[in-house]
Amino acid sequence: MASAATIEAPSRRDFLFLTAGAVGAVGVAAVAWPLVDQMSPDASTLALASTEVDIGAIPEGQIVTVKWRSGPVFIRHRTKKEIEDGENVPLGELRDPQTDQSRVKKPEWLIVAGVCTHLGCVPLGHEGKYEGWLCPCHGSIYDTSGRIRQGPAPLNLAVPEYAFLTDTRVKIG
Amino acid sequence: MSGPSTYVPKSAIGRWFESRLPLMGLVHSSFVAYPTPRNLNYMWAFGAILSFMLVAQIVTGVVLAMHYVPSATEAFGSINHIMRDVNYGWLVRYMHTNGATLFFLACYIHMFRGIYYGSFKAPRELLWIIGVVIYFLMAATAFLGYVLPWGSMSFAGATVITNLLSAIPLVGTAITHWLWGGYAVGDPTLNRFFSLHYLLPFIIVGAVGLHVWALHVAGQNNPDGVEVKNAERDTVAFTPYATIKDVFALSVWLIIYAWLIFYIPNYVLDADNSNIANPLATPAHVVPEWYLLPFYAILRAIPNKLMGVIALFASIAILAFLPWLDRSPVKSAKYRPTYRFFFWVFVVICIGLGWLGSQEPTEGLTLIARFLTVGYFGFFLIIMPLLSFTEKTKPIPASIADAVLPKKADAAAAAQA
Repeated sequence: MASAATIEAPSRRDFLFLTAGAVGAVGVAAVAWPLVDQMSPDASTLALASTEVDIGAIPEGQIVTVKWRSGPVFIRHRTKKEIEDGENVPLGELRDPQTDQSRVKKPEWLIVAGVCTHLGCVPLGHEGKYEGWLCPCHGSIYDTSGRIRQGPAPLNLAVPEYAFLTDTRVKIG
Repeated sequence: MSGPSTYVPKSAIGRWFESRLPLMGLVHSSFVAYPTPRNLNYMWAFGAILSFMLVAQIVTGVVLAMHYVPSATEAFGSINHIMRDVNYGWLVRYMHTNGATLFFLACYIHMFRGIYYGSFKAPRELLWIIGVVIYFLMAATAFLGYVLPWGSMSFAGATVITNLLSAIPLVGTAITHWLWGGYAVGDPTLNRFFSLHYLLPFIIVGAVGLHVWALHVAGQNNPDGVEVKNAERDTVAFTPYATIKDVFALSVWLIIYAWLIFYIPNYVLDADNSNIANPLATPAHVVPEWYLLPFYAILRAIPNKLMGVIALFASIAILAFLPWLDRSPVKSAKYRPTYRFFFWVFVVICIGLGWLGSQEPTEGLTLIARFLTVGYFGFFLIIMPLLSFTEKTKPIPASIADAVLPKKADAAAAAQA
């Protein structure tokens, strides 16, 4: 065999070396994963998945902040003007184009996560050029539909999953 | 430069010990007999000052950890407990908070010193890069520590900084949830931040060990930026010369430290952080601690989230590439008039960015911040490479001794000839 001089046939030692190495690598990964995954949200955090809110007491024009999954959610009882402002924006002007109708279930109730999509601060209501929200951290400006209009944030305020249980009761999550 | 130790202990016990573990020989060759350039100025005292500040932060931090409770419900109260009830708790906490300020101030002087005198150039590239790593670890440690009092600014800072990672495409949000241990900054976040805040300083100690080791292999740079040629003429022994100088500089530094602690202990603290963290509201004006303001201004100057985050990290990472951006064979700005001019422009840009970072962002100020951000990167990416080849430098002295002892040097040169 001419090739034997240039390419040595794999020996039992090579086989043992490779298999032992592979088992060792699996072992290291099996130990490393629990050490990494222990930092993920735990069972008690995942258990707090939904929250129910009575919205009957919120007057027109007011924004109420409720806590859902340890973060803020804005419930905004919009005025006629605020609804019109939200609806009458050409989609071409938007950074993250979404119609106002696609962001609400009932036009007078806007429900969005109160987390700026830039770096997570809580925006201030009724502020900024569009009187929607203004983020105090880096100046992102949202309109009355919670859509990003100006500043560094890339996306609209997120709309969480929610459902109207009755006319005055909302379940978020 | 240090070479094998010639240290011989005087006592029999010392000789017995030394022949088994040459610890005292290492100390002797590193901090007693170690030759230091004879022209060092007080800018070279900041290595010693920084070492002191690191030890001070660790000692006060270990003490604070005996009384602090890392829990979202109790952390804020435990800080007040330290300030009011614990014996000398107020003192130790003010030493720790103001210590961070002086640690960073000394670090910035140390870094600007390196940039001014070309201390990052061959053969000190690794020494410099380890320094950049230490700086990054310091910034991370300071950020983690700032979260621990669980004030409203702690909470906002934790939210903003961890959200930087959410800019990573596809996996960003998953990474932030993993980092928080929840869907927002909360109790699990505080606990792990405390754990890491306790861990990182010891990693810094290790990195400082490498930094000093690399320094003692390459030898110190000096204000004239010429290498030691003749150890007899160009250097003096570390002890007593550098030791005494370092002790004097440290004493002056301690006066400033004491003045901060006893007269204006809350000067660098944000009043908003005296309010307990509220996950449902962000303070009206969110700012980081002063030492991170320039980077914050760069982040805000860029209107795109991902690009802003990239620019923020790039503004620190670019420091590691200095040895290859500045190719001028002359090290010290003393002999580089154009570089010296742009160095001071750069210092003004950094201070300007810091001021802008502390202000509420208006359109005008954001525009200025953009200009200064371009200036910040321009200094490294345009000015440095350009000056490397175009600048007309002044003649450098033949040796360190020639620079500081002109007459003696002439006589010595004549004698040698």
